[in-house]
Amino acid sequence: MSTRYFGAAVPRLEDPRLLTGRGTYVDDIVLPGMLHAVFLRSSVAHGRIRSLDPSAALSMPGIRAVYAMADFVSFGSGPMPTMAPHPLLKSPITCSPLAVDEVRYVGEAIAMVLADSRAEAEDALAAIELDIEHLPVVANARQGIADGAPRAHSGRDSNVIATLRGSHGNVDAVFAAAAHRFSETFEIHRGGCHAMECRGVVAAPEPRSGELSLWTSSQSPYMVRRHLATYLGRDEADIRVTAPDVGGGFGPKANVYPEEFAVALAALACGHPVKWIEDRQEHFLATTQQRDQFWSLEVACDAAGRMLGVRGRCIHDNGAYAPYGLILPATALASFPGPYALAAFDLSIDVVLTNLVPTTPVRGAGRPNAAFVLERLADTIARRLNLPREEVRRRSFVRAEQMPYVTGGKMRDGSPVAYDSGDYAKALSLVVDKIDAAGFEERRAEAATRGRLLGLGFASCVEDTGLGPFEGASVRVTPAGKVVVATGAASQGQGHATTLAQIAADALGVDLSQVTVKAADSRIFPLGISTIASRVAVTAGSSVEIAARKVRDKAIKVAAHILEAGEHDLEIENGQVRVVGVPDMNVPLSTIARVLSGSAGVPIPAGVEPDLAATGYFEANQLAFAYGSQACEVEIDPETGDTRITRYVVAHDCGRLINPLIVDGQIRGGVVHGIGNALFEHMRHDEAGQPLTATYADYLLPGAAEMPDIEIHHIETPSPRNPIGAKGAGEGGTIPAVACVISAIQDALGPAAPFITMHPVSPEQIVEWIDQTRK
Amino acid sequence: MSARKINLTVNGEAVEAEVEARLNLADFLRQAIGLTGTHVGCEHGVCGACTVIVDGRPARACLMLAVQADGAKVETVESLGTPESLSELQQAFRDRHALQCGFCTPGMLMTIEALLRVEGSPTREEIRDVLSGNLCRCTGYQAIVDAALDAAEARRGTR
Amino acid sequence: MKAPPFTYHDPRSRDDLIGLLAELENAKLLAGGQSLVPMLNFRVVAPDHLIDINRIPDLAGIRLSANAVVLGAMTRQWDLQASADLAATAPIIREALAHVGHFQTRSRGTIGGSCCHLDPAAELPALCALFDAEFDVAGPNGARIVKVGDWFKGYLESALEEREYLQSIRLRRWPAGHGYGFSEYARRRGDFAIAGAGALLEFAEDARIRRAAIVVFGVEPGPVRLVEVEQILVGQTFSEAVLAEAAAQASALDAMADVHVSAAYRRHLAGVVTRRALTEAARPARQAV
Ligand code: FES
Ligand code: FES
Repeated sequence: MSTRYFGAAVPRLEDPRLLTGRGTYVDDIVLPGMLHAVFLRSSVAHGRIRSLDPSAALSMPGIRAVYAMADFVSFGSGPMPTMAPHPLLKSPITCSPLAVDEVRYVGEAIAMVLADSRAEAEDALAAIELDIEHLPVVANARQGIADGAPRAHSGRDSNVIATLRGSHGNVDAVFAAAAHRFSETFEIHRGGCHAMECRGVVAAPEPRSGELSLWTSSQSPYMVRRHLATYLGRDEADIRVTAPDVGGGFGPKANVYPEEFAVALAALACGHPVKWIEDRQEHFLATTQQRDQFWSLEVACDAAGRMLGVRGRCIHDNGAYAPYGLILPATALASFPGPYALAAFDLSIDVVLTNLVPTTPVRGAGRPNAAFVLERLADTIARRLNLPREEVRRRSFVRAEQMPYVTGGKMRDGSPVAYDSGDYAKALSLVVDKIDAAGFEERRAEAATRGRLLGLGFASCVEDTGLGPFEGASVRVTPAGKVVVATGAASQGQGHATTLAQIAADALGVDLSQVTVKAADSRIFPLGISTIASRVAVTAGSSVEIAARKVRDKAIKVAAHILEAGEHDLEIENGQVRVVGVPDMNVPLSTIARVLSGSAGVPIPAGVEPDLAATGYFEANQLAFAYGSQACEVEIDPETGDTRITRYVVAHDCGRLINPLIVDGQIRGGVVHGIGNALFEHMRHDEAGQPLTATYADYLLPGAAEMPDIEIHHIETPSPRNPIGAKGAGEGGTIPAVACVISAIQDALGPAAPFITMHPVSPEQIVEWIDQTRK
Repeated sequence: MSARKINLTVNGEAVEAEVEARLNLADFLRQAIGLTGTHVGCEHGVCGACTVIVDGRPARACLMLAVQADGAKVETVESLGTPESLSELQQAFRDRHALQCGFCTPGMLMTIEALLRVEGSPTREEIRDVLSGNLCRCTGYQAIVDAALDAAEARRGTR
Repeated sequence: MKAPPFTYHDPRSRDDLIGLLAELENAKLLAGGQSLVPMLNFRVVAPDHLIDINRIPDLAGIRLSANAVVLGAMTRQWDLQASADLAATAPIIREALAHVGHFQTRSRGTIGGSCCHLDPAAELPALCALFDAEFDVAGPNGARIVKVGDWFKGYLESALEEREYLQSIRLRRWPAGHGYGFSEYARRRGDFAIAGAGALLEFAEDARIRRAAIVVFGVEPGPVRLVEVEQILVGQTFSEAVLAEAAAQASALDAMADVHVSAAYRRHLAGVVTRRALTEAARPARQAV
């Protein structure tokens, strides 16, 4: 088999549709008789619902119904299921689709209005009479963990829902024997996520069959189906869930949301299709956020600055509920010790409830937090011991010859972490070289003549990718000779329709234009997990490879029969199976597919099952570890504090690249997301838990004019842990980016400036640090 | 509540419709005449996903009422090219991988289309400046800038 | 985020407009819509009537006379930016417009809309202050001229009365070859400035300053002319001492704090941008326009 597509920068198959306005996003779906839903949301961060009177709203024009949770009892009741149960969580900590008694964050859904139009439904919201008694508010996790703090849930006796612990080696002994110990505290700010498409759901009950169809802007349509089926007491087979084109995910859309259930319940209750399209204001309030953590850490190193151990504690803000169980704090914990070969570490994370919208994974899922603190600790060592930052890292990294390397850490499921492959020092050297660190001081001096401060920063990371248990795919050759790939893995822009097609086209020797990928529709493929954790290339990609190879073997078997040739003499090329060296002796795949599609009374070749098709599931029992280093230069205007990133270089190893165009796109987008977290994105709340930056004028997403061009270098160390040698690429851009930018700012401010332990860093903050430095 | 009859040209075709006064142009295009290529990402004039060209100039369709488009010439992403025959700009987007989820893309395309009509040889900086009015969470912008430059070059070549 | 219901009116003449203003209660004027429509969509305003003044034919336009530039209230920012006449007469306007919103909003946003909405950080009202503008307003009770000093009433509040509309803005022309400088600091391109400043300088033959105008915006609820500094500047040659004095005065303004920045940082920035704008205005290359 020749490899024509795997590894090639082929333009995407989904593009012509999306470029011409022919995509189908949830909001583009229109069904006859469809009603529009809006939610009445809590305006207080913590309160008890005393009464709700919809009567005035019900008489307004276009209004068809106003529902509270009590109106749904005949279909379902109780709190939402947890996406990922955890042994430390005795019972799920989730909300109801609509709040029943207590509300615990601003934006929690209380009631819904159904109307002929969205505008009319919004008109009616103000007419619903709602009486809420205010309860004391936990506005941040450190407040929540303090003695005498109010309770985020009035019925709970503590705001701490779990304490996670990860340790390895004898940390006390390592610290006692170490030449140096340094401690720092770190404050990582919560931000929003902000896919450009907000969430959306359409639910349609089929009156004749009793089936329920749901279209949802989700990364996890099959999870939605499974949990909804359980909630409604129905069989999965009676619920069809589809994720159509989705306008970006980045984590929050992996949750199963109360609104998805509420819209389904409302559709069942009223018997009409119901559409809810989240608007940006709701997105700010009710879509999950991430990253708020407070770390107190101590690092031990030897006299040469080699990192030996880390210990400490984290206070993690989980928001008002734990819809995703403990996956987020657990992922942060599982990200230690990063690229460093530590003799010991001992870390704990207190998971705290607050009266803010829940936190769940956002691009990187706790890994950027771990990378931030680890990289800052490496910089601390360099600063205190007056060593080059690169040198501390080189001395501390896991070395290539140690692979596979058992870190001593544990994965979220408790299994030991073993890095599979790679050369971490090489990635660092690559960015040091490519950004021309050697010439940096000269550039710094030049900038100084313009009154600007230039700084150079580095950061590295290791990322577990390809999370299990599996994804699956089916590959079928139609009698027309077309190849149809079906998978449960949903796409939110990652180009699966192209990468998966590349894999299938290679295995079956067909032109890429002959392959169609259909995804994330429970009627087309039975199972799926989630598009999260940089896992789809590894899991779905490998599944397509497995299924396509089965189809290939089958085609060769049938062709051998037709051509009366030995299987070993056959090859598959150009949509045909042919005899090696005798291209005229061939049989097209379409013919084989037709034979296997059967004709009445005509037997198909013995020993072959009908249908030129196969299904494959790749069970990802072991993770594939991607890694990389980043370097950047920042230029600071010391008068305004304005910080521009002027250069950005990435070295990344995500194993074998299926499509470099797509991988580069993932990395660039990821880095920019990280730059947003480092410099711009600040989701502020006041002490009453009220969001203060809930518009795009106040919450600053990274814009085109401020973002740098990003130079990317790939190292390709195939992962030995899957048939295609891939590692995930979706989050590696983001994970070290904040640390990299902050390291550069620190460098620009000079050795006398305070050590930076937080982000995002505002221009005002920078001016303040410069002032302090000058004093 | 007031409803009005409006007559306008959308992508070269005459459209007549009766619209409620408060209906904005984005919702009109999407809901009333089924042109769902124009996207809505914020409804407060910042994200640029709804950008269309009105009487030759780029405009936020979420900040214009449909009634205000009475008599206007409106161009949307649907006017550019077809899947079988992409415009130069669309082709450049594809070649450069300047779109991922595709949600911001129609607004990006219409902004750059409007730019290229007034400035045939924009610099990288000018393109980034103009794109400051369109948010994208997927691409990091670089590929979009590259695509705009490619398209400008292609257009100059064919002129 | 759908606008609340309202009755829509689109008068075709000034007389029709005045008739509507006389008659309707709780009405709002719709100009370019780049501020009002987001407010409608957020439902922070809910007028019963929306009077769209986009179809009144003679409300837009740029007219130059010997002493003044008269800008119709409905002149789009895009057209201001494109006007070669304006660029030749008052080049600071084109420079400032690059910071007003975005390419995609300047196409509809108007100078009148900006001056009536009065965001503290808006550049165009600040330019009006810089050019000693006169606001020509009209209503059922007749027309009147409001001097720039009386225009800014407070946060988001102009002197426009309930039933009035803004017809045009008259800017005092500066002689050809005047120096100009504009500087603002915003987090991202197109964002409202945290602080900004504009400066105009006219020099005499002996390089002494004959006339000066400095405006600082984004710092107090309305744009502020640094009148004292302007007076000190006259008769002096440009110097570091002059700059320091101007920056000090700007840094002494009663700056606003908000959710993003402290008053202290804003004051600090006011000094920085004032110094930068003045330095630009004094550059000889700038004066040869
Ligand atoms: S939807 Fe119009 S600018 Fe965002
Ligand atoms: S491609 Fe997804 S937001 Fe731009």
